[in-house]
Amino acid sequence: MSGTKQIFLTVNGETHEVSVPPRKLLVDVLRDDLHLTGTHTGCEHGVCGACTILVDGQPARACLSYAVQMEGHELRTIEAMAADGELKPLQRALHEEHGLQCGFCTAGIVMTFEAYLRDNPEPTEDEVRDVLSGNLCRCTGYQNIVSAVLKAASEMREEAQV
Amino acid sequence: MALMARFGTEAKPISGGQSLTPMMNMRIARPAHLVDLNDLLELDFIRVADGVVEIGAMTRHARVASAPEVVRELPLLAEAANTIGHYAIRQRGTLGGSLVHADPAAQLPLIAVTLGAEIVLKSVRGLRIVAAQDFFLSIMTVDIAEDEILTSVRFPAMGRSTGWAFDLVSRRRGDFAMASVALALDMDDAGRVSSLRFGIGGVSPVPARLEVVEQAAFGHQLQAGMIAALAAQASAEIDPEDTPQLPATYLRELVDLLSRRSLKKATETLGETV
Ligand SMILES: Cc1cc2nc3c(=O)[nH]c(=O)nc-3n(C[C@H](O)[C@H](O)[C@H](O)COP(=O)(O)OP(=O)(O)OC[C@H]3O[C@@H](n4cnc5c(N)ncnc54)[C@H](O)[C@@H]3O)c2cc1C
Ligand code: FES
Ligand code: FES
Repeated sequence: MSGTKQIFLTVNGETHEVSVPPRKLLVDVLRDDLHLTGTHTGCEHGVCGACTILVDGQPARACLSYAVQMEGHELRTIEAMAADGELKPLQRALHEEHGLQCGFCTAGIVMTFEAYLRDNPEPTEDEVRDVLSGNLCRCTGYQNIVSAVLKAASEMREEAQV
Repeated sequence: MALMARFGTEAKPISGGQSLTPMMNMRIARPAHLVDLNDLLELDFIRVADGVVEIGAMTRHARVASAPEVVRELPLLAEAANTIGHYAIRQRGTLGGSLVHADPAAQLPLIAVTLGAEIVLKSVRGLRIVAAQDFFLSIMTVDIAEDEILTSVRFPAMGRSTGWAFDLVSRRRGDFAMASVALALDMDDAGRVSSLRFGIGGVSPVPARLEVVEQAAFGHQLQAGMIAALAAQASAEIDPEDTPQLPATYLRELVDLLSRRSLKKATETLGETV
């Protein structure tokens, strides 16, 4: 697995041509080659969740895939959220509920719940805590993140009704 | 298959990458080539026929946990799959990857052993079928040749009246279990055990059935006293490694507790029609 390979990566609706070593992790290619630094790298073991992005709409750890595996797949990163300048309900709720301090974990949490709330619009608090168990946050103590997710979910349900 | 044959020992298949990539990131594993199975959509399937549920190797944990066929025919498997890691991990990790990785505390190998599943392996040389209890050899070591790929797993469907339970204890939600128990229970019309499959994970190099306990239960009604006796027997039967982090006496207590809870739950789910 040496040398580099020319690949096409579709990220946030745009296709980029990059030349990468096959051994290079997706998260490193996103950050170094595509300069999409909103996706963070914490543990590189899949444990902390900071690098979570969407692959074909499903959450995935960008530290556990190689970029060369992602040809032909649709990637979405935090940069696609609020791209039009308006915060998404969860981003807004995280802000209002003080669901972040340093913000290191936030992108991964937003991307995880982007998929989860789409598929489960009416989560219980317990379910939110269960999903959040896959994202480590060293600052907030989680309570405010849980409130923010519940608030966002209820706002999204209201929005869907009108 | 041809790629696996060509690269031999130098190559490893990669499916979800949820175990292999961490090991490569830590440089514990350093394969020269990776053969990506992710785009092999034909390995992502669930088929039910003649009392057998066959599940493709690339089926992600989230699908195993929620597919109506699995929930109906193999509720024990669905429930166990839903406890693997975290939500995002379950969207990527695969059945085949979990079985070949064979972590002693992993859920899916335990269920495969408990339910007597068959593992289907393919290579350019042909097809090989191995019983789950023979497939797991030791910690993270399974009976698979370098050029073989695990393509599917065949689970015998659980009877509609079968009682079941899955339970585990882990340090933190989503961590690997310190100990886990999986049960499938059938009773005769008089309420006596006609069959008990008692699987245990995390406390030995590979998941195992506790046959002594299964036999001791046979023909008995499962009242509180009997449940306590069987749980005590299960905890005596295991021979866990004794470490300062996880003393054997503690693991025995966990197994006793998990066994009691699970036996009780299995009797409660008996005859529940889904
Ligand atoms: C944070 C975190 C928490 C986790 N918690 C748990 C948990 O609680 N319980 C649990 O059981 N697991 C847990 N896992 C592991 C997870 O279940 C993995 O998905 C699984 O162990 C491996 O599956 P995979 O598809 O990712 O395989 P990979 O990582 O891609 O591969 C694992 C191994 O299997 C081989 N392989 C993969 N597919 C095949 C195939 N079809 N044929 C032949 N060889 C193959 C690979 O070469 C490699 O050696 C966790 C993982 C993470 C990152
Ligand atoms: S950096 Fe990927 S999960 Fe921690
Ligand atoms: S806000 Fe700092 S890690 Fe979560």
